[in-house]
Amino acid sequence: MRKSSPGAARGPRRRPGRIRRIGLPYLLLLPALLLELLVHLVPMVIGIVMSFKELTQFYIRDWGTAPWAGFDNYSVSVDFDAPVGKALLDSFLVTIAFTLLSVGLCWLIGTAAAVFMQDTFRGRGLLRALFLVPYALPVYAAVITWVFMFQHDNGLVNHVLHDQLGITDKPSFWLIGDNSFIALLTVSVWKGWPFAFLIVMAGLQNIPRELYEAASLDGAGMLQQVRRITLPSLRPVNQVLVLVLFLWTFNDFNTPYVMFGKTAPEAADLISVHIYQASFVTWDFGTGSAMSVLLLLFLLAVTGVYLALTSRGRRTAS
Amino acid sequence: MSLPRSPMAPPRSFLWSRRVFLTLLTGFVLVPVYVMISSSLKPLADVTGTFRWLPTELTIRPYIDIWSTVPLGRYFVNSLIVAGAATVCSVVIAVFSAYAVSRYDFRGKRVFTVTVLSTQMFPGILFLLPLFLIYVNIGNATGIALFGSRGGLILTYLTFSLPFSIWMLIGYFDSVPRDLDEAAMVDGCGPLGALFRVVVPAAVPGIVAVAVYAFMTAWGEVLFASVMTNDTTRTLAVGLQGYSTLNDVYWNQIMAASLVVSVPVVAGFLLLQRYLVAGLTAGAVK
Repeated sequence: MRKSSPGAARGPRRRPGRIRRIGLPYLLLLPALLLELLVHLVPMVIGIVMSFKELTQFYIRDWGTAPWAGFDNYSVSVDFDAPVGKALLDSFLVTIAFTLLSVGLCWLIGTAAAVFMQDTFRGRGLLRALFLVPYALPVYAAVITWVFMFQHDNGLVNHVLHDQLGITDKPSFWLIGDNSFIALLTVSVWKGWPFAFLIVMAGLQNIPRELYEAASLDGAGMLQQVRRITLPSLRPVNQVLVLVLFLWTFNDFNTPYVMFGKTAPEAADLISVHIYQASFVTWDFGTGSAMSVLLLLFLLAVTGVYLALTSRGRRTAS
Repeated sequence: MSLPRSPMAPPRSFLWSRRVFLTLLTGFVLVPVYVMISSSLKPLADVTGTFRWLPTELTIRPYIDIWSTVPLGRYFVNSLIVAGAATVCSVVIAVFSAYAVSRYDFRGKRVFTVTVLSTQMFPGILFLLPLFLIYVNIGNATGIALFGSRGGLILTYLTFSLPFSIWMLIGYFDSVPRDLDEAAMVDGCGPLGALFRVVVPAAVPGIVAVAVYAFMTAWGEVLFASVMTNDTTRTLAVGLQGYSTLNDVYWNQIMAASLVVSVPVVAGFLLLQRYLVAGLTAGAVK
């Protein structure tokens, strides 16, 4: 079906190029397509090629001349008995734990806040604006503030926990050692939950009010309304939201990089920073690329399974 | 403003849990904001010793010093140019693409949308080095300096926000009745005339939302900024680290600088958040 048919009838008189018209959708897509090719798709293919090369700093100036390495980079990456593979596996597991906790908490807090703020009450608009501040702040500004708060000697966290409440015996280190996981998770949830809040809030506006009115006339309580109306209506929104949160959190580089710099403590060694460190600090780009490809394959697999599961769920539900 | 949700007032237990939950959440959200603001007004001695909730004296000294400790003004201008240009380009390109997908049936439409959306999934680290090499090679071959230049960064950042922008605008354009652009075309507009005279004006909230998103993405990006810029093109994301690599860590200045670089985006975001929610409601969340 040609939506442009009325215009096309008088087209030839004013526009000599009739062919341009048929090609118009492609012409409109061209800039986006070219840019995606240049910045994402071509580099990705080059990245895959690089993962099969022995690409150390000696070859980086003219990477085409680097010798082929076959699957060596991959076998080094997944040899979990050797230091490189073991470190990658540890980093992967840390990232999984971190992502699941962060996404779960972001979703929970965001949904709870959106549901609680569905009704109007005094100060609702102000509160909503306030809640979006962590999302609006540039990552580095927000994370640097948390780094200051987590300082051992002059930070707020130790001052409150140790000096004021006396919960810890002595001031703790938050940015090194095992505590760094908690610190990273806190910052990630603080930055991430407003996005869930925003999306769920938008989703809630599409639920017809009559549903709630009918339910409350039938004597359904608040909790029942949330369980029977709100959550099922949000299902399609949540399916996308959780996937997006998962991918963003799993690939997050900005937060750990600003918090810990080029080398993160083991407990908070997220995979993006780990690969960055493997490539740019040790100058082994072949292995770094192989690790990136493995990460991409994992994300593709997870996304595929997730979409298959959720779309089947949607089909049986409807 | 929405109407009361149910004809009956919510039970007391609900009101109390709402009060407690929202109070705790407000605290969690606000403490870092308070630390940022209060520390930026403290003398250096207050931020080097044990943390103090209240400054011993209020000073605006940090706000004066930040401009000379690191060349913050230059970073600021760089970030403004990069984020501004990336936003404008990204929005224009997304409008064209979304219009094509929303209004035309053509071969490869699904491939296009799936491909563009799936680039969101790529870990940035996978294409960082290849992109770096591509930019260097383009520079050597054609003399167009992409590596280390603002242009390269603009190109990179605008593709970061493109997928989400296109996706959201498709939904938004779909909600603009086709009768409108057909009427415009009967009146003698071409397809592009219909796009700019009818569809775009009807989709302003969606476009504003997309612009806000694109600007924030470019303003906050760290990874590519840290590799692809040099001294003259450095953006705020990297430049702000300058305060902590010195012998002393000027926390009061860091907080002041953080606040200064945050104010434009936070203010813009809060002013336009109405549009973002409206845009999400109509576009992405359907």
